[in-house]
Amino acid sequence: MNMIYAFLSISLLISLLVGVIRIFLGPTKADRMLAAQLFGSVGVAILLLQSAFTHNWVLMDVALFLSFLASITVIAFVKLGDVKR
Amino acid sequence: MNFWDVFTASFCVFGVLFFIAGTVGLLRFPDVYCRLHALTKADNLGLGLIVIGLMPQTTDMYHMFKLLVIWMLVLFASATSCHLIARHEFRKCPVEYEGEHNDVD
Repeated sequence: MNMIYAFLSISLLISLLVGVIRIFLGPTKADRMLAAQLFGSVGVAILLLQSAFTHNWVLMDVALFLSFLASITVIAFVKLGDVKR
Repeated sequence: MNFWDVFTASFCVFGVLFFIAGTVGLLRFPDVYCRLHALTKADNLGLGLIVIGLMPQTTDMYHMFKLLVIWMLVLFASATSCHLIARHEFRKCPVEYEGEHNDVD
């Protein structure tokens, strides 16, 4: 069972790192923001898997807060993205 | 490995497959709106499958409900952020669609 958790976490990390390509490649700013959203959702999944893997349920609070912050970043992007500097 | 471990393993493997599908969609789809579709739907389905798979592994009801609360928060947050990003892009450069659409905002 531990092998399965480790394998799933590593494959999620690999998919996260492949998603980083879109940050360098994305034509618009919203594409780069979408890759940041991917960090949010995949990070929540990795934290949940790790909290079940180590039976350290405090990591669930970290996952809750990460999902909250990922939504805050999008709201900040939409509200403040067009401010001229 | 009892029955619940097999349950957890199969649901988590399906969830990770949906996550990989979301990443491939983020890389391969041609448009911002298509990429939004891939990211906010496939990833949330994958997270839901992982949450359902991890629920029998928890030790008490509190953590079980906390898993559900995390999934609900991610669902609401990603639906809201999908609409926000789509509206932001659409206001910046409107796209002409085939057929009729009547939501003049």
